Amino acid sequence: MQQSSLVDRVGSRALGVFEVAGAIATFGAHAVIEAPRPPYELREILRHAYQLGCRSAPLIITAGVAVGVVLSMHTRASLERFGAEAMIPAALAIALIRETGPLITGLLVAGRVGAGIGAEIGAMKVTEQIDALEANAVDAFKYLAVTRIIALMIAMPLLTIMMDFSGMLGGYVAETATSGMSWRLYFERAFSYISYSDIILATLKTVVFGYLIAVVSSYLGFTTSRGTEGVGEASTRSVVMASVLIILSDVILVKLIFFFYPVVSG
Amino acid sequence: MSAVRFDRVSKAFGTRKVLDDLSFEIPKGQAFCLLGRSGTGKSVALRHIIGLVKADSGRVFVEDNDITTLGGRQLADVRKHMGVLFQNAALFDSMSVGDNVAFPMRRHTDWSDAQIRERAMAKLADVGLVEDFDTMPGDLSGGMKKRAGLARAMALDPALLLVDEPSAGLDPMTSREIDELLVKTKQGGTTLVVVTHNIPSARAIGDRFAVLDQGRMLASGTIEALDASEEPLVQAFMRAQGGG
Repeated sequence: MQQSSLVDRVGSRALGVFEVAGAIATFGAHAVIEAPRPPYELREILRHAYQLGCRSAPLIITAGVAVGVVLSMHTRASLERFGAEAMIPAALAIALIRETGPLITGLLVAGRVGAGIGAEIGAMKVTEQIDALEANAVDAFKYLAVTRIIALMIAMPLLTIMMDFSGMLGGYVAETATSGMSWRLYFERAFSYISYSDIILATLKTVVFGYLIAVVSSYLGFTTSRGTEGVGEASTRSVVMASVLIILSDVILVKLIFFFYPVVSG
Repeated sequence: MSAVRFDRVSKAFGTRKVLDDLSFEIPKGQAFCLLGRSGTGKSVALRHIIGLVKADSGRVFVEDNDITTLGGRQLADVRKHMGVLFQNAALFDSMSVGDNVAFPMRRHTDWSDAQIRERAMAKLADVGLVEDFDTMPGDLSGGMKKRAGLARAMALDPALLLVDEPSAGLDPMTSREIDELLVKTKQGGTTLVVVTHNIPSARAIGDRFAVLDQGRMLASGTIEALDASEEPLVQAFMRAQGGG
């Protein structure tokens, strides 16, 4: 009897997960279909790009510098054993630009922006503001969700470039403090093993991260219920689900990049 | 042609039936008050008119348009001729009061910024909030929010104004001011649908009335007809509210 109820619970939980995954996928697909249709809501897209992108810049730059310093210290500790200190800038650049920069930017934005979108749209849902938009003959889905999705897809690559650059800068500060390496030598060595395809593909990957963060958090905002408690839950779940999806999608995207551009894996 | 017509509308949320075979008709230019205790389906009926809720069965007409079959742009076109005051005003809290009132004008007209500002000011003056053009909704009292919500609902001089509990949570003076504003709006040719359980307010505004109970129409007609109703629940409701 107990075994059966356990199976029921696990089965019901699994069905619930599939149901939510299906609903989020439908929500995301609907956004893709609606995006090219008028009205384009350019004003809202720009406003969100500023709110979600520009306002995240201080966090991204600060985190980037810290990550660069830490990565540089770790890389030095490892490469020193093999007498390969000259490779430190290149190793740091490869780690940062190919993977660490995009991934950390994605996770930081999921935390800062994902929570904000989930809470903001959720609060609008429970206070009937979404109904008021609809009553004012405005497509609330397009006005609230599609605009944020597009804005974040634009902002993410720019934030990733900021993260990469500030990380390299942090790495340089740490390296020059330890070995006195010059600015010019550091960046010459850093970019000696990095090609344009490394930078472009890894940065473009974050367009997908932006899409996932905005879709998940908008969906959870739109489906908020149970008042302020529901708003808090939407905010927390937005961060958790967006972070998990970023990590999972990163695995798939890296595999795809290696498949279509084998030179990058070399 | 009537402004709004309900034709045997039923709606249930889960196992709970909220509207049960509801039919009524609202002539153009009149004020129709939906009365009843809390939780009897009045607000749900209002949401059917806006098209925010779809009926399980039956049809809802706004002028010639069957709202139950419309979607997307067609529904938006019908909504452009409506103004809605929600129970808690539902002001957009990321915009100032003035921007809230200007919002429908920015969306649906090609007026210049100066024209929109001037008109939004005029609408706010009608509800006594002209000083609060730049105030954020979070800094307003409940009554002020409601008045700002009414100004937004009337921004485009809609042909149909839907008002959910206009006097709930307001002091008697503000409540009377809002009633007077609604009467003035009706006199300008706007059809009003007012959901309320405040009988004095309904008496001041309404031309025709309907009392709902458990999603069914208990009585309808003029206020005199309701006062004379022999339906015990209608009598109890009208007496409890200081009617007849």
